[in-house]
Amino acid sequence: MSERTTDEPTTDEPIRDEPITEEPTAVELTKTAPDTGEEPGGPGRSGRPGAASVPVRRRRSPALVAGCVLVGLIVAVALVSLFWVPYAPDDTTGGRLMSPGLPHLLGTDKLGRDLLTQLMTGARIALEAGLGAIAIGTALGLCAGLAAGFATRWLDDTLSTLLDVLIAFPTLLLAMLMVAARSASLSSAVLAIGFAMTAVVARLTRILVKRVLAQDYITAARTSGTSWPRVITGHVLPNIWPTLVVNLAQQFGLAVMTEASLSFLGLGAPPPNASWGRMLHEAQATVFTAPTGVIAPGVLLVMLVVGVNLIADGLRDALDPTRRRTR
Amino acid sequence: MNVPDPSMPEPHMPEPQASGTHGPVPHVPDTQIDGKVPEVETPEAKTAEVETPGAVISGAETPEAKVLDVTGLTIRTDQGRALVSDLSFSIAAGSRLGLVGESGSGKSLTALAVLGLLPPGMTASGSVVLRAATDGIGTEVIGATEQRLTGLRGRAATVVFQEPLTALDPLMRIGGQIAEPLRRRRGLRGAALRRAVEESLDQVRLPEPDRIIRAYPHEISGGQRQRVALAMALACEPALLIADEPTTALDVTVQAEVLALLDGLVAQRDMALLFVSHDLAVVSAVTDHVLVLKDGSAVESGSVDDILRRSRHPYTRDLVDSARHLESALERIVR
Ligand SMILES: Nc1ncnc2c1ncn2[C@@H]1O[C@H](COP(=O)(O)OP(=O)(O)O)[C@@H](O)[C@H]1O
Ligand SMILES: [Mg+2]
Repeated sequence: MSERTTDEPTTDEPIRDEPITEEPTAVELTKTAPDTGEEPGGPGRSGRPGAASVPVRRRRSPALVAGCVLVGLIVAVALVSLFWVPYAPDDTTGGRLMSPGLPHLLGTDKLGRDLLTQLMTGARIALEAGLGAIAIGTALGLCAGLAAGFATRWLDDTLSTLLDVLIAFPTLLLAMLMVAARSASLSSAVLAIGFAMTAVVARLTRILVKRVLAQDYITAARTSGTSWPRVITGHVLPNIWPTLVVNLAQQFGLAVMTEASLSFLGLGAPPPNASWGRMLHEAQATVFTAPTGVIAPGVLLVMLVVGVNLIADGLRDALDPTRRRTR
Repeated sequence: MNVPDPSMPEPHMPEPQASGTHGPVPHVPDTQIDGKVPEVETPEAKTAEVETPGAVISGAETPEAKVLDVTGLTIRTDQGRALVSDLSFSIAAGSRLGLVGESGSGKSLTALAVLGLLPPGMTASGSVVLRAATDGIGTEVIGATEQRLTGLRGRAATVVFQEPLTALDPLMRIGGQIAEPLRRRRGLRGAALRRAVEESLDQVRLPEPDRIIRAYPHEISGGQRQRVALAMALACEPALLIADEPTTALDVTVQAEVLALLDGLVAQRDMALLFVSHDLAVVSAVTDHVLVLKDGSAVESGSVDDILRRSRHPYTRDLVDSARHLESALERIVR
């Protein structure tokens, strides 16, 4: 988050940089323009009186930091699980329902499998589910939303109706159809969640695109001969991006939750690939005798979902330069 | 439909604008209303009928090429209501025309129709011929393809809008926004582009280029924003600059400065200017010829002096009166 690109006059693109980068220095804005005699901010006209008289200084939002820490922990665990787990996922040599201790740090489940191993694998599956669904939802949803946003009345109405139907369609039903058509697997679950998310992303994109297209700066850009592709990449996408990214982060949390629910119902990744949702399902009968089996995946699930939502909140401010000094 | 013989120099057509008064001499932007003897000539004169949309029309045989030729322009909503009806005017290269009328009279729609940028649902009929001054080739805007219009916009004409805060992309730094037309029009990249951006800012007398280039639109003042918008328009190097109430959103002192700047820069570059305003006093500061618009129709046209002294229409007299009021108010503030 903290790397920055400083604009050098010698680089190929010296002017435009990404809105995410930080200011190299606090820009001095307090001086009044000497030649013009104009008040910075313009009396009552700028919409933000006095905004320009405050030095631009980026403050890292606490929400963003907390979110990154939470999500970072889960990501680290998932990465470690790719190379090392304490036991093999299908190793049932441990005693049944052992309490936390040695040699099974977090104990075992009712089949004698190591809980820590399952939790680590579950972290990987949760992230895969979230990222996979986001990838599908963003790719398809952005295209459909842009198409609807630019479309003629007739096509727009058709697409909007389709999207409304898809949004009303329960994700659970979609997942069951997907499992019936393919098999119960992580990819089936991800496809179902991704399609459901496509509708949400497309509808949001459509609204955002319509709103941006009605803005004066789009007309202004076109009056100077900016082509449509350039208007889209240069003005439309950058202006819908902040809202979209925040929404996608929230959708990521939702996708992780949905995958857990689907696995809980047996519509997710089959054993021995432990998903947190399936761990919860398997441990629910022994909640009182071996509570770790429920508490541990539950806590991790909450950590991940809260983490991405905190990141979403943090991004909201970080991505929009007009909001940076509002707190 | 009389298609004129291209060999004939259209002898029946009077020269609509006396462009001699608008040479490279910068205009003094005091809102002077009474003044010189008017050269009464009406811009109503009908010119060649151009039927094919997007057609290339040679303008080489006319003694003074028109950068804009509007004939019988009518703009309708999708319900068929006419917002602008049967409007005709033309602007010769390097000359100026004021488009005056109360709010809602269709001035902005006319300006947008010239560039083929009407809001969705609205349709234009009639003829709008734009001609990029250098090559003398005219293009019919109405019915032209988007691709053709994209090539024409900026080069033949561009617009400075009323509200600079909304006309600038809020999430793009000022430098990037000015660089866009420079990159497209002059093919500049890298350090050369950066230098051109700084020159642009200098031309519109914006100080501290380093700060402005890195600033977002909300971080600079209203007057500075309009200077940026002007710099962007000038970077397109258009044959015709359309200024749609460019100073209305600014307060009075800044208004005078921006007006003087616009006036000087347009004169310096020998650009044609279509100046749109509800305010006759402001219009008279930059141009001598005006077209008065009411409810989408031309009510009167001629030189500013003529309109001021002998306005035939009560509507025009109202505009004149309010202009006089504003002028005296201005004098009280400035003096
Ligand atoms: N997008 C639009 N949809 C419907 N009507 C519009 C739209 N824009 C302008 N109009 C109408 O067209 C008329 C002329 O508008 P406009 O050209 O903006 O006036 P002016 O610039 O002279 O103040 C007004 O009556 C206005 O209500
Ligand atoms: Mg207007």
